[in-house]
Amino acid sequence: MPSLKDLKNRIGSVKNTRKITKAMQMVAAAKLRRAQEAAEAARPYADRMSAVIAGLTAAAAGSAAAPRLLAGTGEDRRHLLVVMTSERGLAGGFNSSIVKLARLRLQELQAQGKQVSILTVGKKGREQLKREYGALFVHHVDMSEVKRIGYENARDIADEILARFDAGEFDVATLFFNRFESVISQVPTALQVIPAVVEEGEAAASALYDYEPDEGAILNDLLPRAVATQVFAALLENAASEQGARMTAMDNATRNAGDMIDRLTTEYNRSRQAAITKELIEIISGAEAL
Amino acid sequence: MADTMQFDLVSPERNLLSVAAREVRLPGAEGDLTAMPGHAPAIVNLRPGLVTVVAADGTETEFAVTGGFAEINGESVSLLAERGHPRAEMTQEVFNEMMAQARRRVETAKERESAGEELVAAAVKLLADMEALGTHIGLDPNQANFPH
Repeated sequence: MPSLKDLKNRIGSVKNTRKITKAMQMVAAAKLRRAQEAAEAARPYADRMSAVIAGLTAAAAGSAAAPRLLAGTGEDRRHLLVVMTSERGLAGGFNSSIVKLARLRLQELQAQGKQVSILTVGKKGREQLKREYGALFVHHVDMSEVKRIGYENARDIADEILARFDAGEFDVATLFFNRFESVISQVPTALQVIPAVVEEGEAAASALYDYEPDEGAILNDLLPRAVATQVFAALLENAASEQGARMTAMDNATRNAGDMIDRLTTEYNRSRQAAITKELIEIISGAEAL
Repeated sequence: MADTMQFDLVSPERNLLSVAAREVRLPGAEGDLTAMPGHAPAIVNLRPGLVTVVAADGTETEFAVTGGFAEINGESVSLLAERGHPRAEMTQEVFNEMMAQARRRVETAKERESAGEELVAAAVKLLADMEALGTHIGLDPNQANFPH
């Protein structure tokens, strides 16, 4: 049975924790709004980009020399997994769910005898994968210095991936990130970026364009940009998801702390009451003994 | 035929401009071109340079863009640029930063042994185009040599 003083201290410390989680929740809510706006603002560019590429691919499909970024290396042996996580924890299952998905895919690929390498973005995913798969790491991108995600960050990551592709290090690249669905739901997603996956439906409308220079040259110029755009979109979705997950997690933590305080306060009052009762009994029995 | 068309300037981060335009002058990779309403559908690669938008009332607005591409059809022009700045906002400082970025790309392209010559050549070409752009609008590309 803890003493009254212990209980009081305990209540005080849980109250402090609640203050912190409450503050974190509110900060996450504010950041979430900004992250969501950024993700939405980036959408028109990405949409048009994929529409144009769909049109181009349809137009270039006839020509024999399709770029390698589109057609692939003709093999499916070596895979690069780009695991994008956050730099900070305390975001509920945000990082674990990405890592879990990546790990599943990794095991699946290894079971098929494929060669897998990992590129991590954000230190949380790196920490979680390091013990088991540290040997597969090829590169790490540190985002801890980045305050606001800009297109530049995405392009740096994309350049890294593309350089490795040009050097023939892998055949297929897949991004792992959390797609932002709503504040309470973030969906871990695997997106293949190399070779590019083209949505069939959009292709038909734009087949009658003139291309300057020719389709192949534009496609060569556009595909690396498309990779950067996809990385950028993934980074933004991830950022919004992170804040959403943190907000939910901190909301739960705040509520739990509240419950705990209630429970501890009840216990504290009971002990206090018991002590008073005990003292009273002592006094009364003392008086009776006289 | 309508005498204006919809012009959108879109960067990866946000929509920069969306107006009705009478004509748009673009720095195409293979030469400048002007798009007017009723232009044949085309997709054009751009080099870093100035985009001039002539609005419905005849006022001209200039933007500096760092490459990208434009989708032109009879009723609209969509310009997808990695970066775009209104001419008035293109100060030496902004330009220096853009130059520094272009230089950094050349450096990283050269450093990577794996990178093909094409990649390096593309980065060098980009840098040269950027310099030309700066000189054109009266900014000194060489000032950007000194990091600050």
